[in-house]
Amino acid sequence: MTTASAVNKSALPPGRAQAFLKRLQAGEELAHAMAGTAAGAIFVITALVLYELITQSTLARQKFGWHFLFSSTWNPVTGDFGALPFIYGTVVTSILALLIAVPLGVGAATFLSELAPAKVSNALTFLIELLAAVPSVIYGLLGIFVLVPILQHSVVPALKAVLGALPIFAGAFYGVSYFSAGIILSVMILPFIISVSREVLLSVPRDQRDASLALGATHWQTTWRVVIPYASKGIMGSIFLALARALGETMAVTMVIGNTPQIKASLLAPGYSIAAVIANEFTEATGDLYLSALIELALVLFGVTFVLNGLARIMIMATGTKGTH
Amino acid sequence: MVKIDKASNVTKQPSQSLIQRLLLAAVAVASLAGVGSAALSVTGAGATFPYPMYSKWFNEYHKLHGDIEFNYQSIGSGGGIKQVTEGTVDFGASDGPMNDEQLQAFKAKRGCEALHFPTVLGADVPTYNIRGVTVDLNFTPEALAGIFLGKITKWNDPEIAKANPNVKLPNTDLIVVHRSDGSGTTYVWVDYLSKISPEWKSKVGVGTSVNWPVGLGGKGNEGVSGLVKQTENSVGYVELVYAIQNKLPYGQVKNLSGNFVKAELASVTAAAAGAAANMPADFRVSITNAPGKSAYPISSFTWLLVPSKISDASKKKAIVDFLHWMVGPGQKFAGDLAYAELPKQVAAQEEKAISKIQ
Repeated sequence: MTTASAVNKSALPPGRAQAFLKRLQAGEELAHAMAGTAAGAIFVITALVLYELITQSTLARQKFGWHFLFSSTWNPVTGDFGALPFIYGTVVTSILALLIAVPLGVGAATFLSELAPAKVSNALTFLIELLAAVPSVIYGLLGIFVLVPILQHSVVPALKAVLGALPIFAGAFYGVSYFSAGIILSVMILPFIISVSREVLLSVPRDQRDASLALGATHWQTTWRVVIPYASKGIMGSIFLALARALGETMAVTMVIGNTPQIKASLLAPGYSIAAVIANEFTEATGDLYLSALIELALVLFGVTFVLNGLARIMIMATGTKGTH
Repeated sequence: MVKIDKASNVTKQPSQSLIQRLLLAAVAVASLAGVGSAALSVTGAGATFPYPMYSKWFNEYHKLHGDIEFNYQSIGSGGGIKQVTEGTVDFGASDGPMNDEQLQAFKAKRGCEALHFPTVLGADVPTYNIRGVTVDLNFTPEALAGIFLGKITKWNDPEIAKANPNVKLPNTDLIVVHRSDGSGTTYVWVDYLSKISPEWKSKVGVGTSVNWPVGLGGKGNEGVSGLVKQTENSVGYVELVYAIQNKLPYGQVKNLSGNFVKAELASVTAAAAGAAANMPADFRVSITNAPGKSAYPISSFTWLLVPSKISDASKKKAIVDFLHWMVGPGQKFAGDLAYAELPKQVAAQEEKAISKIQ
């Protein structure tokens, strides 16, 4: 039997051939191949999306060049397009959302993993994960019918009374604004931060906590100085996920941001975001230059996501992570 | 050695042949059922404004001709023009007529003309929310242009006040609301503003999306009315049908003859009748600021876009028959849905134009 198979596979030494066959039979090679294909598919899809965005936006890129990124005009009638107000709106609302959601989210995750009894923790986590399943349009409706009136009648007058001198709270407030959009976005990204951070915090090994407590640290000191730093990479991952969602969020933002392409320092002014303008104008965009400009905006959003993620990672590396494994 | 019993080979299990027969019967029935319900399906896409009307029409027409099914997707006028040019749909629908550039593109792509058939009439109305004002305000063309250009910033501006002598207008800032999405509603509004204001025409222009000098953007008629309802001292524009069905307060506009007219089915039809005298053969006409003492100035047709050559004979017959029905018996369904009917002269002209479809 062995001589027959050795004759067949005369190219390979018998030992290696048999080892290969054995791995194939055990499913190793197949498993590697499938996993590799899945990973490769993601790269391929991203590359295809990027390719489409680049080719379809050629007309606009050739006409406007780099000026597109710095121009504030958006005029479909004369064919003059510029992306700056949208980039500004996207970045401002996403950063505002993160500023609100990260402390709340990490705090809630810490509570759920460290301090709450298991039953409470599980029930609350279930509810929070339900929040992630709510469609964007519902958040938009909630924003315009619930949040905006509350802000108009209660929150913003109080805010202006105390902090009205600051340029970020200057000017008239009409309800729809960067501020409202930032708050709605923070509610939308909260579930991602909470559920992923909670999982990561729960997976911190028992002995890390025990060692810290044994050395005389209090529960809070253990949580703040040992557990959270250990889990910081996972928490950062959840923040990136949340940031990606905030940057791309469309319907909820377009319903509460005011859809006005302008750049204002005040958070209470209406603005616009890239995803919102694409959603609003894409179906009616007749004319190749108009369509091409909208697709170039999509390409810019791609770029903005890339840059913001990169900056965030650099910031993490610069501040360093003490006390991790 | 195993002995093969010939008898057992020949006889199959009784249940096996029964199953096979049942399967065969099921497949036969399924295929016959498919053949029987092979309805002719005609697809169209386009404007959102007339969607409720078209929906009702296609439903009623299907009751009369059960073997023909019209399928309409309201993706927007721009989408309708694009898709009918590409040939993805059999007909398109648009609130604004195709411009020369789009007609050229259609001819180049499809090798025939794009015929426009007016279906119903729509109108834009100025809706507002002013504290303490519950009556219908009068708006002059100059007032509307000034408001939307950002030049009139207070409600008690003389231009608005002089048309409303009996109304106490507050000395508050005026907040403008417009559409953020491209739409036929916007097209009609800015078309009117361009006609009555040379400054608007040169500064902003006409289109389904424009660079608004001032104002907040709401998505869809519902977005604009939502913003107006929630923002005190605001003014915006919505479709008449939408305002009627949602019981929104809206003002009267001064027409070309100098009368303040409230938008109603009768005044909108009067605007079209006023323009019917000079109707071009291809029906691509703007009827904003139309002559006629009871005409509402911000009215518009909405059109079906049909290729002049349809290769599929059964589809061609379906579309031609539907168009004949639409300009005749179909018009009576318009009133219930708050759409204005076509005036008789226009309907008669259209009947003749339908024969242009080859």
